[in-house]
Amino acid sequence: MNDMSNPVIIKGGIGDSPKRTEDHRFLSGKGRYTDDINRPGQAYAYFKRSDVAHGVIKSIDTTAAAAMPGVVAIYTGEDIAKAGIGGVPCGWQLHSKDGSPMVEPPHPILAQGKVRYVGDAIAMVIAETTEQAKDAAEALVIDIETLPAVSEMRAATAPGAALVHDAAAGNICFDWHIGDKAAVDAAFATAFKIAKIDVVNNRLIPNPMEPRAAIGDFDQSSGEHTLYTTSQNPHVIRLLMGAFVLQIPEHKLRVVAPDVGGGFGAKIFHYIEEAAVTWAAAKLNRPVKWTCERGEAFITDAHGRDHITHAELAMAEDGKFLGLRVNTMANMGAYLSTFAPSVPTYLSATLLAGVYTTPAIYGEVKAIFTNTVPVDAYRGAGRPETTFLLERLVDVAAKEMGMDRVAIRRRNFIPIDAYPYQTPVALMYDSGNHEATLARCMEIADWNGFEARRAAAAQRGKLRGIGMSTYLEACGIAPSAVAGALGARAGLYEVANVRVHPTGSVTVFTGTHSHGQGHETTFAQLVADQLGVPFESVEVVHGDTAKIPFGMGTYGSRSLAVGGSAMVKAMDKIIAKGKKIAAHLMEAAVDDIEFKDGKFTVTGTDKSKSFAEIAITAYVPHNYPIEEVEPGLDETAFYDPKNFTYPGGCHICEVEIDPETGVVQLIAFTAVDDIGRVINPMIVHGQVHGGVTQGIGQALLEHAIYDETGQLLSGSLMDYTMPRADNIVNIHVGTESTMCTHNPLGAKGVGEVGAIGSPPAVINAVVDALRDYGVTHVDMPATAQKIWSIINAGINAGAPRMAAE
Amino acid sequence: MYDFEYHKPGAIDDAVKALGADAEAKALAGGMTFIPVLKQRLAKPSAVVDLAGLGLTGIRREGNALVIKAMTTHREVAMSSEVASAIPALAELASNIGDRQVRYRGTIGGSLANNDPSACYPSAVLALGATIVTSRRRIAAADYFQGMFTTALEPDELITEVSFPIPEKAAYAKFPNPASRYAMVGVFVAKTAAGARVAVTGAGNDGVFRHAAMEAALDQSFTADALKDVTTPESLMNGDIHAGTAYRAHLVGVMARRAVMACK
Repeated sequence: MNDMSNPVIIKGGIGDSPKRTEDHRFLSGKGRYTDDINRPGQAYAYFKRSDVAHGVIKSIDTTAAAAMPGVVAIYTGEDIAKAGIGGVPCGWQLHSKDGSPMVEPPHPILAQGKVRYVGDAIAMVIAETTEQAKDAAEALVIDIETLPAVSEMRAATAPGAALVHDAAAGNICFDWHIGDKAAVDAAFATAFKIAKIDVVNNRLIPNPMEPRAAIGDFDQSSGEHTLYTTSQNPHVIRLLMGAFVLQIPEHKLRVVAPDVGGGFGAKIFHYIEEAAVTWAAAKLNRPVKWTCERGEAFITDAHGRDHITHAELAMAEDGKFLGLRVNTMANMGAYLSTFAPSVPTYLSATLLAGVYTTPAIYGEVKAIFTNTVPVDAYRGAGRPETTFLLERLVDVAAKEMGMDRVAIRRRNFIPIDAYPYQTPVALMYDSGNHEATLARCMEIADWNGFEARRAAAAQRGKLRGIGMSTYLEACGIAPSAVAGALGARAGLYEVANVRVHPTGSVTVFTGTHSHGQGHETTFAQLVADQLGVPFESVEVVHGDTAKIPFGMGTYGSRSLAVGGSAMVKAMDKIIAKGKKIAAHLMEAAVDDIEFKDGKFTVTGTDKSKSFAEIAITAYVPHNYPIEEVEPGLDETAFYDPKNFTYPGGCHICEVEIDPETGVVQLIAFTAVDDIGRVINPMIVHGQVHGGVTQGIGQALLEHAIYDETGQLLSGSLMDYTMPRADNIVNIHVGTESTMCTHNPLGAKGVGEVGAIGSPPAVINAVVDALRDYGVTHVDMPATAQKIWSIINAGINAGAPRMAAE
Repeated sequence: MYDFEYHKPGAIDDAVKALGADAEAKALAGGMTFIPVLKQRLAKPSAVVDLAGLGLTGIRREGNALVIKAMTTHREVAMSSEVASAIPALAELASNIGDRQVRYRGTIGGSLANNDPSACYPSAVLALGATIVTSRRRIAAADYFQGMFTTALEPDELITEVSFPIPEKAAYAKFPNPASRYAMVGVFVAKTAAGARVAVTGAGNDGVFRHAAMEAALDQSFTADALKDVTTPESLMNGDIHAGTAYRAHLVGVMARRAVMACK
């Protein structure tokens, strides 16, 4: 095994930036996505969906629709109930403060009795073509008695509000808490000053470039079901759908997630359409395909964020944080999506310490049902919400104390010598150097030269602001035992099968899934580096339960930290076995064999065998230690992490506001992150660029807006503002890494840092730009209209001054 | 989309006949609005009459007018040296419609026949006092626009070309809707032989309109300063999730001043 602290970069190895292997097919239109797959004789499914947010299904008459040309079958919730098919399960169970389990209403794959959001599937129409299925769906006679709906959390928790589920009184799913309330109360009692903030974390619609799709297939001769689906985690889908919904054992259920065009979390979850087409394909004995349209995606893909939080921070006279108290409401939507309960709780409230030494923290979270699309993990999942809250609150605290924004952060940073650091909210951070990322980011962004730029902008009639966020997040979720204790209904290890072929080329089967991350490149580099084989000799296979032993998929920035670690463990086994073979061939003791740069060498001699020689010997074992070693060179490892990993860093944003229109123009963005070991710097830059762009989208542009009747007003790209090239700037990316101390790679994860660290940096810059107006907070997104309203209210009040909006 | 008959006539008379013979037939003039509407099943025409075969493309100078045939694409207008020398504001306007793909397919006639309240072209046509030439008559801009998505066109009447009198100077300032990039507020300002003209698109609750108060102020002094105290009644404004009526009314003033400053 190569020494990973070795700074020498091998071509195609760790630290090199080869072009992405997968890009040729993606950029030349040769990607093979779910919708590109067509099975012989396939029929097409179309889902008739509710256009009201809440109602009682009085009747569904399918007679006319069934007689339409090309119709193969029509199924309703009643058919599903009759077939004894369960609802899609929730993968995480929480308990309320009083010990009672969360309210977990059934989520049938087609609505039964009631519809609960605009987009809730009422019937599945299967026909020879999609157009025929749509025609027939229009001929369905559906009588729905509309009920009052709740779309916003405050409305849902108001007395007398309509109930989304009868079992959830007050529309409360759970009422959870973490931390030491008494300690926090005591801290507040001694506070010199208290900073307070109310923030809304705006609801987002993920919009991966590829809409979801699913094909169910059934082989009557073998009894095997196959689901092709746009998933980030095919094994999880197999487990959830097979065991909980359709009762198909694993050996008769194959789930394939081929090329997937972006996920961002929205493709983690087990969706009803997957179960519906798998079930129908078997029932009809012909393949059934469904492809989501963009408009349909807006009302069926799980949304993200949607938290409302009040927070208070107690401070000592020197600006030290003494205690933090946080109260959050989190929107669950109409049903519990796969990981929804974990997002505002164990993925969010456990990070309330941030990068600070706050000794006492207490967080409360109420999860609320509403008549909206289910809400679940979206790039960052809980950590952006906490980061936005904390980093806004720290800026408010600085103002409250009359301290510099950087100084108050430095005063409260967890010092490097305090690591490993036990927070008051469960997590134990293993490593980090907040001063290093801060200093480097301030240097690149020329923080200290800002006031001159602000003055120059003022000359041009523009309001210029600068903001930072110093954040830390948790990735690579687990250990499994801890996740289980916290309510996860699955393990969170990862699996790698490293198969060395007779001529020394290597195929790696990974349980993670690549949907834009570039795993085929990064993992090949890792294997090439560790086994000393050429980068081009390594093939990475993912996304098929028939090929890969097992796996938990890709989310939470876990692929390298957990999946890569599994690969290292499997390669350790390969090398250990190789040493035995080499020892035999060179008539040396195993302990005297060392492996380096692709060669097995007898220590202190010039006798060596190449990796390829060992591989061929393993498969052609003529001269072989057959009594002690099996032939072949193929090893599997399951790796269960010892702790979360903790990426972090500093983001600095600079903006200019046009006071006439309220338009916020991004001027500069700098991200210096600590993500542990970097395998491919180019891919890391790409991940940070993409994440920051999504963060800028959340901060300035994106907002899923429902009206009070539960209609989605921002229901298409005509009204939902995705960030575009002219909304962003060239992003300066740097890394200042400390190594993760508990996994073999030292990797922490990079997939989400951009989306987590950036939104508060942007809003802190916006608030700074408006400092002469006395603004202390601006909720996201900071649209032109919102900023103009703030400025205009200030001007109309006779002075540039106004309270927090 | 629903099934429909597809016709691609080679002569205007044939196109007019096809549309006249069938009340459910619709003309296709680029389709940058119409095709998405069809795909979403929001329209169910019996027939689609594609105007692409009528030879209605081209730009020419005719005395003191710039004449643009109906099926001329936004890109052709944006790239035309004829337009750039006669009415540069029009080329600038066309160059910012939609995206590159839309500008290659969308046409001036299609845009004017649809009269989307947030389309850019109506403001230029109204401000410049253009004439809409159709298969049967000439319609003054003032008579042509009749509210959102409503025009003076008969169902079987086709725009063949648009004749723009060349102004002394003009400019268009657009504040795009952040999501759709349509005009949330678009103001076309022109100094013409008939006086100052200001037409506003995107903002009004009844489609494109002329801003009389601004025109009067500019007739006094054709400067941005002249508009400083001219307000726009909120009651005339459209409001949505991106911009309420007060914000839109404010933006009309800002965009008008910017257009005056950009006039050339």
